[in-house]
Amino acid sequence: MLDWGWLSSHLGAFADRTVQHIYLAAIALLVGFLIAFALALWAVRRPRVYPPINGLAGITYTLPSLVLFAALIPITGLSLLTAEVPLVLYTQVILIRNIVAGFQAVPQDVLEAADGMGYRRDQRLRRVELPLAVPLIVAGVRIASVSTIGLVTITGTLGDRFGGLGFFIFEGYTRSFATEILAGAVLSIVLALVVDTLLVAVQRRLTPWTRPPTLTTSVRVMESGTP
Amino acid sequence: MNIVSATVTWFADPANWSGPNGIPTRLLEHVEISAVTLVIALLLALPLGLWIGHTDRGARLAVAVANLGRAVPTLAVMGIVAPFTTLIDPGLGFIVYPTVVAMVLLAVPPIMVNAYAGIHDVDRDLVEAARGIGYRERQILLGIELPIALPVVSGGIRSASVQVIATATLGALFGFGGLGRFLKDGIDSNLTGETWGGVVLVALLVLTSEGLFALLQRRLISRGLRLQVAAAAAAQ
Repeated sequence: MLDWGWLSSHLGAFADRTVQHIYLAAIALLVGFLIAFALALWAVRRPRVYPPINGLAGITYTLPSLVLFAALIPITGLSLLTAEVPLVLYTQVILIRNIVAGFQAVPQDVLEAADGMGYRRDQRLRRVELPLAVPLIVAGVRIASVSTIGLVTITGTLGDRFGGLGFFIFEGYTRSFATEILAGAVLSIVLALVVDTLLVAVQRRLTPWTRPPTLTTSVRVMESGTP
Repeated sequence: MNIVSATVTWFADPANWSGPNGIPTRLLEHVEISAVTLVIALLLALPLGLWIGHTDRGARLAVAVANLGRAVPTLAVMGIVAPFTTLIDPGLGFIVYPTVVAMVLLAVPPIMVNAYAGIHDVDRDLVEAARGIGYRERQILLGIELPIALPVVSGGIRSASVQVIATATLGALFGFGGLGRFLKDGIDSNLTGETWGGVVLVALLVLTSEGLFALLQRRLISRGLRLQVAAAAAAQ
């Protein structure tokens, strides 16, 4: 069933597409994190803005990914922007909720102790709140990363210049070539799992005092659905 | 051409409202396959999740499987399934089955995990009390645990339904019908009206389904619990 000759002659293409896949996902995660962090900080300081931000991000998250890509094509064309905007939007609900939850998890006693010791607001944020919020923030980054890696495959709708490993799934389908479809599918799954495993290690490294991610954190996110 | 006018023109064209590629046919296809898949996923995942929650057996395995399911890209699931289903059924194997299999596989984890977590989190004292006054295990599960866990359990079903509608949309990339067809064909033929027509239709379908589930949850969940959940959400 598999065409081994085709596979071995395309190792270079696999490597190139893997790099592209990581590149497309990394841009989205970086931009997504910066936006989500700013919005989450705003929401923590002004709790009234949290429900609308959370609601908007939640609605975006329920829209199928193909819808967002399709909606942008007539506006921004088959460009990198069209690929990245939906990817960034999909990270928001996961990241914002986890960052906000991270800051809210800091005990009130700790905040009062920090105030009592004379920390200014920005010092308290940087040296007390942020380190304590890290476990939930990293958990959010992990889920967002895996989800973004999955979504990058769909950028293949925008043509051969995008898609990362998803390119092989699209091209293989057009050519009715099972080997190519399977190669693209298996490699994108492997990439998602490898990144997930690496991020678990990072999570342990950054927060050695916590246990591995608990069930409750993963359940909380499952309630909001996946694109 | 302006997006709004292109979309309005597309919706106004009577040709788009009839035939195998008409809006009613595509909408029905989408709703039909989503409903069938959701029922299959419910039959598989709900009893399993409830059982795991009640007995607390196999919970770690179930969560690990569910997390794995979440890590796997939808498109990759379809890609892996397609060559095999084509071997079994050359006609539909490349068109319908990859979408259906992917839909079921992706709908199972949220239903199962939330059913498990909901039941698991029910106060054990209540369960013990029920046992003490002579409830049988099945009565405990269905009469005590399930009603209390309903907000979480139904939340899982709700997110599974969002997932299912999304995956059916993506199915258009694999030759499947449904509303995703308008997106795929619109992009391929560079027709702004059709693309955006699809965008509007899918968005409406998702919002309708979310609305119906919200309504259903209001009806099914007992009033006391609903107030508790609302209070907890407000406190967060």
